[in-house]
Amino acid sequence: MPERTVTVGSRSGLHARSAKLFVRAASAQPVPVRLRVGDRPAVDARSILAVLTQRVKQGTEVTLEADGEGAEQVLAALAELLGRDLDEEGEGARADG
Amino acid sequence: MGEVTARTLLSGLGVSAGAASGPVARMGRPPALPGARVVADAEAEAAAARSALAALTEDLEDRAARTSGAAREILEALAMIAADPLLAEAVAARVAGGADAPHAVTAAFDEQAGLLREGGGYLAERAADLEDLRDRAVAWLLGAPMPGLPAPGHPFVLVADDLAPADTAMLDPADVLAVVTVRGGPTSHTAILARALGIPAVVGVAGALELADGVVVAVDGDLGTVRAGGSAATASAGRPQTRVAVPATPGRTADGHPVELLLNIGSAKDVRPEAEGVGLFRTEFLFLGRRSAPSPAEQRAAYAEVLDLLPGRKVVIRTLDAGADKPLPFLGLPPEENPALGIRGLRTAAGLPQVLDDQLAAIAQAAAATTADVWVMAPMVATPAEAASFAARARHHGLAKVGVMIEIPAAALRAHRILRHVDFLSIGTNDLGQYTMAADRQDGRLSDLLDPWQPALLDLIGHCADAGRTVGRPVGVCGEAAADPRLAPVLVGLGISSLSMAATAVPAVHAALAERTLDQCARAAARVLDADDPSAAREAAP
Repeated sequence: MPERTVTVGSRSGLHARSAKLFVRAASAQPVPVRLRVGDRPAVDARSILAVLTQRVKQGTEVTLEADGEGAEQVLAALAELLGRDLDEEGEGARADG
Repeated sequence: MGEVTARTLLSGLGVSAGAASGPVARMGRPPALPGARVVADAEAEAAAARSALAALTEDLEDRAARTSGAAREILEALAMIAADPLLAEAVAARVAGGADAPHAVTAAFDEQAGLLREGGGYLAERAADLEDLRDRAVAWLLGAPMPGLPAPGHPFVLVADDLAPADTAMLDPADVLAVVTVRGGPTSHTAILARALGIPAVVGVAGALELADGVVVAVDGDLGTVRAGGSAATASAGRPQTRVAVPATPGRTADGHPVELLLNIGSAKDVRPEAEGVGLFRTEFLFLGRRSAPSPAEQRAAYAEVLDLLPGRKVVIRTLDAGADKPLPFLGLPPEENPALGIRGLRTAAGLPQVLDDQLAAIAQAAAATTADVWVMAPMVATPAEAASFAARARHHGLAKVGVMIEIPAAALRAHRILRHVDFLSIGTNDLGQYTMAADRQDGRLSDLLDPWQPALLDLIGHCADAGRTVGRPVGVCGEAAADPRLAPVLVGLGISSLSMAATAVPAVHAALAERTLDQCARAAARVLDADDPSAAREAAP
């Protein structure tokens, strides 16, 4: 199965705002995506509860898995998202709003 | 339970002045789960459960789209949980096992809530979200009223058992004509919020929850009464005047002794540009209900918004006052057995120094870009060493005027030693009263002990004022005692140099001081300290 490993860039890890943005992006993909942390079992990346309970911190390596048509592009897009500091970007979005 | 519909007079404790009338809307209570049903059509039951979760998600998304800021973030996060595929699967599995939809939803949500609670900290906070969503989904399935803040679509008198800080964060002051609660005392969160918003409020009203939704009531926040059974025609069209003008002249006694009359504010919307200044800028509302700390840039902007409204004037900013009684999810503070005596106020800085340093940096940057005279103070200081440590950190960030709040009797008793380290003191009489009398602020049954006229409390205030006068440093009062026009002259007589209060209280306090000389105030203070209880103290200061 195609997979990709990435280091989480958000200051808060996969928490609060960053988790919400990641889950929202994963839910919008044409194929199901799963998230794996260390040697724990992979969880559904579209589940905010499953993602939050992984307690991922900034700098943690996580692995994304997906299968099916377009899986490589989906993984590339989500890995790029996870690598950014989404908390930092949040400030700009709020100031505009 | 009989509902009150005839002309009825209920009474409680008026904690926020003013009168208003309008239809009752009760805070929704969680639905009672009926006994389990035998499910005949499992497919239909599963469809009902899916519809409930979909309706819940859609409602939350709609509400999120109509709001902004912190409230929007909260609603979006709730919508995402309601749409979580993990929950949907767990509900479906239980229906497949023979459960009816309300029981399947309850069991699935409770199981997830349990897992989150085990995770502690931030995750445990989300457990309460799941329980709130569970109650809403079950109410939808049962056709019962929705729990939580009511939204009847017109202005209303909010009736509740009590309001939590989280409820108040979501409350739209434009819609709430008055607040009536069963619990709460004069210094409860409900009371403080209502005064800050200028909404009449009566707390400690037994039987208030028996007022039916839609019944028109007249609430008098001065007399502490709630009169039911008026007709809709007598209901006032709008809320009473809330934007009370503050006197344009500075506070003075009849013989010209200056007493700064400052405002207690929570954000820029509470500022009156004609005020002498701000004596207590509570910064919690910037943090409340947040999933993550506001960034230094966002904090700086919020402080600058206030400072820009008060050019050249004094603004005392209090650093974050959080704890288990005012929980802030991102701090990850564990629940406590006795939150009022736990990790709160400045004590949180020991484990989370970065939060305080970020805040001090943001205050210093905002201060540097304004002409306002910015003072900063820490809440819940107990010892001179804590005061010294806070002062050193604040000065390190370039803040010139550093003080501490006196809310703990130990700090009041050692005020002279604390003043070796800081430039000023500000007495928070609500907490100082609670800790002096060992009486929980939130317990309406103890309101006589929490009376700000308790001579023991006034003794401590006088002790602090003396310590300030000895070294020539200002000592103010920013608790609710300062807002009492009869008590304010007594405080001035004790040697207090500034009084800080909600804007709505300033005109009466301004007038009370203008009627008395400083000498009259001092003599009243001496008589009050000679009393044994609040009623004798009041009689001693006519």
